[in-house]
Amino acid sequence: MSQMRNVFVVASCSLVFVSLGCSRSPDARQANREEKTIRVTGSDTMVNVAQAWAEEFMKKHPNVNIDVRGGGSGVGIASLIDGTCDLANASRKMTDVEIEKTKAKRGSEPKELIVGYDALAIYVPKDNPLDSISIDDLAEIYGKDGKITKWSDLGVKDSKLADAEVTRVCRQSSSGTYAYFREVILGKTRDYKLGSIDQSGSKDVVTVVARTPSAIGYSGMGYKAPDVKMLKVSKHRGGKAVEPTVENARNNSYPITRPLQIYVVGKPSGVIKEYLDWIHSPAGQKVLLDLGYIPLDQ
Amino acid sequence: MTTATANRRTWRSLLHGLADWSEPVVEWAIRLCGWSSILFVFSIFVFILVIAAGAFGRLDWGEFLFSAEWQPDSVVQPRYGTLALLVGTLSVTALAMLLAAPLGLGAAVFISEFCSGKVKETLKVLVELSAAIPSVVWGFVGYMVLAPLIIRYTDAASGVNLLNAGLILALMSVPIIVSMSEDALKAVPDSYREAALSLGASRWEIVYRVLFPAAKNGLLAAVLLGVGRAIGETMAVLMCTGHAVRIPHSLLTPVRTLTATIASELGESPVGEMHYCVLFTIGLELFAITFLVNVIADFVVKGIRSERS
Repeated sequence: MSQMRNVFVVASCSLVFVSLGCSRSPDARQANREEKTIRVTGSDTMVNVAQAWAEEFMKKHPNVNIDVRGGGSGVGIASLIDGTCDLANASRKMTDVEIEKTKAKRGSEPKELIVGYDALAIYVPKDNPLDSISIDDLAEIYGKDGKITKWSDLGVKDSKLADAEVTRVCRQSSSGTYAYFREVILGKTRDYKLGSIDQSGSKDVVTVVARTPSAIGYSGMGYKAPDVKMLKVSKHRGGKAVEPTVENARNNSYPITRPLQIYVVGKPSGVIKEYLDWIHSPAGQKVLLDLGYIPLDQ
Repeated sequence: MTTATANRRTWRSLLHGLADWSEPVVEWAIRLCGWSSILFVFSIFVFILVIAAGAFGRLDWGEFLFSAEWQPDSVVQPRYGTLALLVGTLSVTALAMLLAAPLGLGAAVFISEFCSGKVKETLKVLVELSAAIPSVVWGFVGYMVLAPLIIRYTDAASGVNLLNAGLILALMSVPIIVSMSEDALKAVPDSYREAALSLGASRWEIVYRVLFPAAKNGLLAAVLLGVGRAIGETMAVLMCTGHAVRIPHSLLTPVRTLTATIASELGESPVGEMHYCVLFTIGLELFAITFLVNVIADFVVKGIRSERS
């Protein structure tokens, strides 16, 4: 049964990759004894940087093959539990239940390594008159029984937009961003309001927001595009709104910043340890910064 | 010369011997092929049923069938209402068929009755080619091309919605409907057409009064195959519907279908847990829908037959 499930996971992952037009499946014929393969699965937020890391590392170590797949943090953690990947990228923490399951199924505890940070930006189309938003308002927009449904509720006076319903663009539920955003904006006891447009990639959220005049959406800061803008965010209504920048995320003044982690089962060794050490090195952290994520303090 | 003839003779008798011996083997192989299709459908059904059964005791069936709240990952209380997803699937399929059935039948009538020679051959090849376009490509077209057009020409909030998915699914089912119903029309004997002509029927009357009644079963089968394609489609609807849990109140509402829900959530749900089993129960729901469609079709066809006799 678990095999069946793996087939599903691989199938859905490969579907996602085919749809993104970037298949990275390892060429089986090339694999010889000396070649080592590291299988990485998980977070869509991290898939950009994971691919860049893999490419950079493979350039320096031609005998290492790194196979990166997305699917969402939930998918990565599920395949770490099943043993179908070596490293799981996750933009949320593993839950206690998941840790217990890993112990039961793989024999040792999952180890968590924080590899960088990501600021979650609130995106609206470029011509939206709004400039900033508070977490209180976001909770009323996204939360179950939330009171904000129209743009006029947010003080927008522009006649066309004011009457429009706020179109919520969300991530699919296997996403770590989805889980993190719920925890930070809605707390631990409130659900999302149903009826949002759920996208299966970080970039897709930004694309849909750009094309939808009445939209609001959340996604990593690294996915900024020219036709959208990022709102400044304050903790409470009327509070000081902070712009999402690397600087503000680092000094913790931007309120929606989260750690990005890689999970590995047991103590990493051999080429996996080498890879993880390199990610933590200045060279690895530079790759992260170049893509719009926030590096670790060094 | 004589040795050559003798050689040929031995070869021939050998071949005959082989044929005698191999005939029952081939017969069995063919029989096995026939049974295997039944076996596969049955074992898939059992596989889904066994896993779905894990949810049966714990599932609130009233909620499953009649609640629109699909929130399996809720932090408060997981809810497994599939009404919105079911309405999403049915509305997208209905819209697609409303567009595709007349279009497909019309195209089939044109190809089969109103054109000939090169035009006919070209059209047939083109239709078959468009049936081979992968669904993810159709999804792409909906997402990248149709969505901006819908925003420009309607007051829709979002370009990915019921209308978008319905149009894409219609375009996907048209080729199947065309080639199936063209075959059905071709199967009507020419003597029918000749008889109608000799009675002074116009071309339109031949199509309407003679061909349609004569090919009714085949045409219905063609449309139902289109329905099957539309209900089961996953990738294109995942990309074009907007994937929003909502009961649509207009053509421009984003919706979510049963198939897309299974595809997007199976990877994250841990094996054997409630969410996982409920996704398989949705699979059963889909099975039931297609079964129902087929049974209805069967009755309709039988009704037509008894009416005629």
